[in-house]
Amino acid sequence: MSAGAGPQASLGSPAAPAGGALLEINNLEVIYDEVILVLRGLSLAVPEGQLVALLGSNGAGKSTTLKAITGLLRTEHGEVTEGTIHHAGDEITQADTSDIVRRGLSLVMEGRHVFEHLTVRENLICGGYTSPGTVEERLATVEEYFPRLSERRAQQAGYLSGGEQQMLAIGRALMAGPSLLMLDEPSLGLAPLLVAEIFQIIQRLNRDLGTTVLLIEQNAKRALSIADHAYIMENGRIVLEGEAAELADNPDVKEFYLGMGESGRRSYRDVKHYKRRKRWL
Amino acid sequence: MQTFIQLTVSGLANGAILALAAVGFAIIFKATGVINFAQGAFMAVGAYMVYTAIADFGWAWPLAIAFAALIAILLGMGTERFILRPMVGESAISVIMVTIGLAFFLEASLQFQFGTRPLRMAPFIPEGTVLILDVPLPLNRLIAIGLAALVLGAVGAFFRYSRNGIAMRAVADDQQAALTMGISVRRIFAMAWGIAAVTAMLAGVLVANIQGVSGNVALFGLLVFPVVILGGLDSIGGTIVGGLIVGLLIQYTAGYLGGGLQQVVPYILLVFILMVRPYGLFGEVRIERV
Repeated sequence: MSAGAGPQASLGSPAAPAGGALLEINNLEVIYDEVILVLRGLSLAVPEGQLVALLGSNGAGKSTTLKAITGLLRTEHGEVTEGTIHHAGDEITQADTSDIVRRGLSLVMEGRHVFEHLTVRENLICGGYTSPGTVEERLATVEEYFPRLSERRAQQAGYLSGGEQQMLAIGRALMAGPSLLMLDEPSLGLAPLLVAEIFQIIQRLNRDLGTTVLLIEQNAKRALSIADHAYIMENGRIVLEGEAAELADNPDVKEFYLGMGESGRRSYRDVKHYKRRKRWL
Repeated sequence: MQTFIQLTVSGLANGAILALAAVGFAIIFKATGVINFAQGAFMAVGAYMVYTAIADFGWAWPLAIAFAALIAILLGMGTERFILRPMVGESAISVIMVTIGLAFFLEASLQFQFGTRPLRMAPFIPEGTVLILDVPLPLNRLIAIGLAALVLGAVGAFFRYSRNGIAMRAVADDQQAALTMGISVRRIFAMAWGIAAVTAMLAGVLVANIQGVSGNVALFGLLVFPVVILGGLDSIGGTIVGGLIVGLLIQYTAGYLGGGLQQVVPYILLVFILMVRPYGLFGEVRIERV
């Protein structure tokens, strides 16, 4: 039916990013354990001040992309074998994680990863490790955004609720004063109301503080609702990109990622067809 | 009653020194996950370095301690950099064997250089007795307790309040997350080994001050194991409580039962603790949210 409807897919070589993007990834290839090819020529750009969403199904390589940017691959036997990553014009492809954090790129890892045995306050102090001079000032900012964290200041982080831990993880990343905040599935395992709250905060961080955000999400609908621009990944490369609002209207995106097919129930025979349609990805 | 108080004081002194020796062990284990069997050898190296600086170079003791601290830092960080870093990813048993090998190497080197005969260090802690509640107590033991408490307090404050101390605990909790904060795990590892070696050196010097400089200092370091097993391998507070319990136990056994039983009592305790509470009194409890 609409199989040939030609989505704005630009296989392999997405539109050249508008000059001077804050973060620019070109043709990135990542291999784990010297054999497993996870990213196959991924390219994307995050312009300054924007909220960019990176969507895709499980195993598409979204988290790997973030790990490649932050230099965490080598802790997992991964390696960038081709392509480049530029931040504000400088190449950071092989840089050390601590240098990358000092440049203003902060990552909130998937699954929160708070320091469980440290108090909330100590977790935040760790977040400001690279800029000890501004810890007090930033603590105030973070507690303003997350009032619940200031209530639980002296509590061990391991005993916080999931939502509070996610807030702590985001607040901790903000302590480094990032110009680019990368979030890996902040909605993971949270109740819908909390997800709404967290997304609202992410949006405020982007609008009020001017923090550029790169957001990875399974929850495509919500991510598209707050993002300016979005990329969709499949099998280690970008298969679709565009303005978030446009993508949210794209019939293929609706069907494959937002779960809103035009017709209601389908039979198994349709599913086979469904897969064939997805093959262009 | 008098005997009891005297035994208690020397037990506390031994215990405080043990805690000082064990705290380094706990720091290394907590931050890097390595069980360092060379902790006793580090103590002996410290004692011999202070001896050399005082007896051979004729330095004043504060200078001698500073010299030994420098050597200890080099030794600790060197061990991390050149022996344990290449071992990353090897099995735990290989890592343990390497630290045991290092212990033998260090102890043998000391014997090679200084001989096996015990050396008498000019005591730098004033000797004599003081009367407290009409009980004569050895001054050097009281001072040893005070010094050990001071150093342990400093270590505790470092972990609680300093930026690097908090970062070290963060690395112990979640290495990858610590990396994303820009914390250099390598630097933290080096720091952990440096601090552990310095506290071991200080413990070694305090032992040597009481019982002379010899290979026995390293032997005293063996008591670190009952202490950390009792206190919990990764707990700093636990090493202090564990140290004091083991120190007191040894002295009471020696004073009331005697017959060399004090030599084995700590290890009987070790076996017993492993049977009933293998993670020690204060070992870290995994937080599980329900």
